[in-house]
Amino acid sequence: MSKRRPYVRSMDGWWKKNPFFVEYMIHESTALFVAAYAFVLLVGLIRLGQGEAAWNGWLEAMKSPLSLVFHLAFLVAIAYHTYSWFVIMPKTLPPIIVGGKRVGPAAITGGGLLAAVVASIAMLALVWRIAL
Amino acid sequence: MKSGLKRSNAPIFWSLFGAGGMLSALFGPVLVFITGIAVPLGLLLPAGTMSYPKMLAFAQNFIGKGFIFAVIALFLWFAAHRIYHSLHEIGIHPGLLAKLLCYGSAFAATLISAYVLLGLGF
Repeated sequence: MSKRRPYVRSMDGWWKKNPFFVEYMIHESTALFVAAYAFVLLVGLIRLGQGEAAWNGWLEAMKSPLSLVFHLAFLVAIAYHTYSWFVIMPKTLPPIIVGGKRVGPAAITGGGLLAAVVASIAMLALVWRIAL
Repeated sequence: MKSGLKRSNAPIFWSLFGAGGMLSALFGPVLVFITGIAVPLGLLLPAGTMSYPKMLAFAQNFIGKGFIFAVIALFLWFAAHRIYHSLHEIGIHPGLLAKLLCYGSAFAATLISAYVLLGLGF
């Protein structure tokens, strides 16, 4: 076997050297929180399927301090996902032409964030209506 | 004549990623707030918002069922796709195992949630 040991530059922490990549890693990592939250909901759905006692156990578990801390972290991370999703959206959408002019990135991002705010308020209002 | 080009399956996974990313961007924060903070702490929403009869009725309603299914399945397809493609950045060269863990768990969760939701009846 060859005794050559060519120098290979380590890739560890490559993204820490550039603020653009730091932001990239942060917004990519929000997927972990989205997945964790979806698994919490999946467990809730399974417990709902097992009957009232199981469901109440899940509701009780959601009241634990650990769960609340986790959900605060989910809230921050997923809210950041919302923000970054709409900041990136102008780059992922095909050009939108309105009145012969291309819709600018700020309008797309702003429109997306506004849609998220409206969706959140509508969801709260709907849940309130169903719950009363 | 057979075409030499193999059709890529990327658009399917990318569509699931896009749909899940959009759904979680629009509704993720408010859902976390409702299920994980407001209801457990008894904030803002009426008492018993997520009581067993209410949640059962929601999961038996056609729209409610569809919403629960879309949230769980699409959130996970979105996350699976993003995590799978980010492994490279942290020095893990994605292979079959990584693919199975990421997309496989999303697939399993999709089947389980469909099974439970159908079992709850209409």
